[in-house]
Amino acid sequence: MDSKATHNTSPQICIGMENVTIEYNGSPAVRNIYCDIPSEKVTALIGPSGCGKSTVLRSFNRMNDLIEGCTLKGKVLFEGKDIYAKNVDPVEVRRRIGMVFQQPNPFPKSIYENIAFGARINGYTGDMDNLVEQSLKQAAVWEECKDKLNESGYSLSGGQQQRLCIARTIATQPEVILMDEPCSALDPISTLKIEETIHELKSRFTIVIVTHNMQQALRVSDMTAFYNAEETIGMSGKVGYLVEFSETQKIFNSPKEKATQDYIQGKFG
Amino acid sequence: MERMSNSGTYKKKGDLYYNSLLSRNLYNNSLTFISGILAIIAILPLILVLTYVVINGASEINLAVLTQLPEPPGEDLPSAGGIGNAIIGTIVVSGIASLIAIPIGVGGGIYLAEYSRGGTFSKFIRFGANVLSGVPSIIAGVCIYSVIVSTRIILGSNFSALAGGISLSILMLPTIIKTTDEGLKLVSDDLRKAALGVGASKFVTVSQITIPAAFTPIGTGIVLALARAAGETAPLIFTALFSFYWLDSPEGILQPIATLSVLIYNFAIEPYKAQNELAWAASFLLVAFVLSINLLTRWIGKRGKH
Amino acid sequence: MSIYGEFLVLPKTTDLYLLRSRPPSEKLIDLTFRNVVISMAAMVAVVLFGILVLVFTGSVESMGRYGLRFLFTSDWNPVNNDYGAFAAIYGTIVTSTFSLLIAVPLGVGAAIFITENIIPTRIREAIGIMVELLAAIPSVVLGLWAIYVMEPFLRPLLSGLHEYLGWIPFFSTKPIGPGTLPAILILVIMILPIITSISRDSLNQVPKKLREASYGIGATRWTTIFKVIVPAAVSGIAGGVLLALGRAMGETMAVTMIIGNSNAFNWSILSPGYTIASMLANQFGEADGAQVSSLMYAAFVLMVLTLAVNVVAQWLVKRLSLKY
Repeated sequence: MDSKATHNTSPQICIGMENVTIEYNGSPAVRNIYCDIPSEKVTALIGPSGCGKSTVLRSFNRMNDLIEGCTLKGKVLFEGKDIYAKNVDPVEVRRRIGMVFQQPNPFPKSIYENIAFGARINGYTGDMDNLVEQSLKQAAVWEECKDKLNESGYSLSGGQQQRLCIARTIATQPEVILMDEPCSALDPISTLKIEETIHELKSRFTIVIVTHNMQQALRVSDMTAFYNAEETIGMSGKVGYLVEFSETQKIFNSPKEKATQDYIQGKFG
Repeated sequence: MERMSNSGTYKKKGDLYYNSLLSRNLYNNSLTFISGILAIIAILPLILVLTYVVINGASEINLAVLTQLPEPPGEDLPSAGGIGNAIIGTIVVSGIASLIAIPIGVGGGIYLAEYSRGGTFSKFIRFGANVLSGVPSIIAGVCIYSVIVSTRIILGSNFSALAGGISLSILMLPTIIKTTDEGLKLVSDDLRKAALGVGASKFVTVSQITIPAAFTPIGTGIVLALARAAGETAPLIFTALFSFYWLDSPEGILQPIATLSVLIYNFAIEPYKAQNELAWAASFLLVAFVLSINLLTRWIGKRGKH
Repeated sequence: MSIYGEFLVLPKTTDLYLLRSRPPSEKLIDLTFRNVVISMAAMVAVVLFGILVLVFTGSVESMGRYGLRFLFTSDWNPVNNDYGAFAAIYGTIVTSTFSLLIAVPLGVGAAIFITENIIPTRIREAIGIMVELLAAIPSVVLGLWAIYVMEPFLRPLLSGLHEYLGWIPFFSTKPIGPGTLPAILILVIMILPIITSISRDSLNQVPKKLREASYGIGATRWTTIFKVIVPAAVSGIAGGVLLALGRAMGETMAVTMIIGNSNAFNWSILSPGYTIASMLANQFGEADGAQVSSLMYAAFVLMVLTLAVNVVAQWLVKRLSLKY
């Protein structure tokens, strides 16, 4: 399947959720979510902590498989196919839907190897030097790295490490990049740089970003999904659900739901 | 929209469906299978050893075996007597070892955790404790033999329960130091500051605040070291030696003494079936003791966490 | 203002506390306690040096008489006072190396299996506990089991090995019961728990985010294990392997009971053999004169080998804890 085929008619639905409920050891974390995330746009998932936005994000490329006792009901459709169907290979899913994590997590290898490793396991056969350079440039971290490609990824600052992780994800050329609060561990200047990187990338990738920062959602995203959490009767803990999903401008300027309005106004003070 | 200039160099990404014939998936599944087999092989010895110790040993256990003296081997007897004196001997020798190793070990651990400031001396002691725990147990036996047994330095006695106990204490010492050190390090510094803050002396802080707070980890560490020592044989074969008689007076600790572990060693290689059976009986007792101690400390440790 | 004022009107109570200035007795207790625990800690050094000095001085006579020849000849003749420990040294190295070759893949493989989420946590924990309990079984009990259960079971297999692979020097003799190979297998059982539990701890210490990073760019489970997790844990695993090597070299009872105790050198691991530890266990109690010194020399060789291995092992394990 050639990815280009899906790019002709837009707006296309990239990831669709049909009645998705995710449970940890039998107790639901998020419930009954319907949501269609468009292709080649930046979609932000916002909401108070504990609303399950990260859990939802991790369900898009089956990272939740790593957590014991985590189960998903309903369907997550990627290009129309349920990625939780029995005959789907999670590794294949992750090769096409990459992820950038909350904490920068470079491998304890050189900067060059950090990028080459992912490319290699994805079967890259082209010019590796070129790919490394291109990816670092796209992630806006080439200037800081070009003279120390053989040094450990840990020799970079936190913000640079995170952009290295973005470069590493770009290098595998997924169709979608998931970002789980990529700036939460970073200082404001690094955050700004990452946001610029996201702007650069949005023309080539579908990006889904979880953020707790309203301004950031407003700055980087085209679409915004607001999640909220509620106490449930007879259950311990909170259960998250999708309140509203719309264009970012609408969510911030004229939200339909009162909960969204309260949250946004509360956040902005 | 054009992607990266060199995007054509990736092999076509496949569809999402799982293909078990893909070399990647064949490789993965076979490795997962192999690692599972390795894990099963790793637990097989325990199951096999326990099964045979129970089959051959438990059936031999009865009141007579537990309370009688062993018969000296020499001919094929219907019964080789019992292991009564060896049970007592194991308790006595490990008791002597504990009396020596516990105070020194706990004291040394207290120094490392409460007094040292990471200087050369404490680094060396930690290092030395680790090295000492790697010294082969037979070497401890050899040394005690040449210092105590062959020189008859203690009241003219040569092979004795005391010599056996001392050589076991060498093996217990590093373990006890390490568990005390680590146990005390787990105690929150706030507790120490609180005690010192109300004007308690260092001795009072350690003896009444931190040691009680770290009692469970230190205690379990000591009990584990004791269980380990009770099963040791190599340091005893030419220090405590063996005896076919009871320990009948306090001075008896200056005489050779029987222990379960040396009894197993001596009787295992005897050509007589009755003696071999006693060795299995002693093994059953020893294994039951050691394993129950281990499981018990595990359970206590787990309970402590909640 | 008034809050501070209340303090001022409080009666002076210090005279109710008799110990405002510490009495000399308390200071004395503190000082004594400090000195006692320091000297107890110093006991470790005393014991360690004592052992080294004892073994060294005990072997000086034999070192002078035989020199390095002791290490390369295998005569052991108390009548002529002719001693050489080659067979025992060879046996020590062969048994420990071969047991390591078997136990490392087994132990590391098992450790990987119980740190991955292949089967439920409860079962993985149970396997981990069982492996650790194996370490608690006394050596002498394993020796008994080896004599009466393992060796008789293995003998037909070993005979087959000799029959088909007898042209390899290692299998060139007919198995007659006790021998080097059964000793190797019992050593595998004894060092397996060390390798498995240290490997498991090292693998568990690898930060979860590295695993996520690898899965996140589409790596498979075993690519992640081999390329990311194991490399990150490798110094800890290597430390565990070396600790196990030290243990295998010094292990005495089970080996003595099953190795056959023969000082005649033979390449074959199916024939009876010797290790330094089993030689000490067998002969030290009855030795005198030059034999004692020669046994001490052998003990010194064993000490040096195990010390070297342990020191490197400690250094490796320590490096692991510094890495992240």
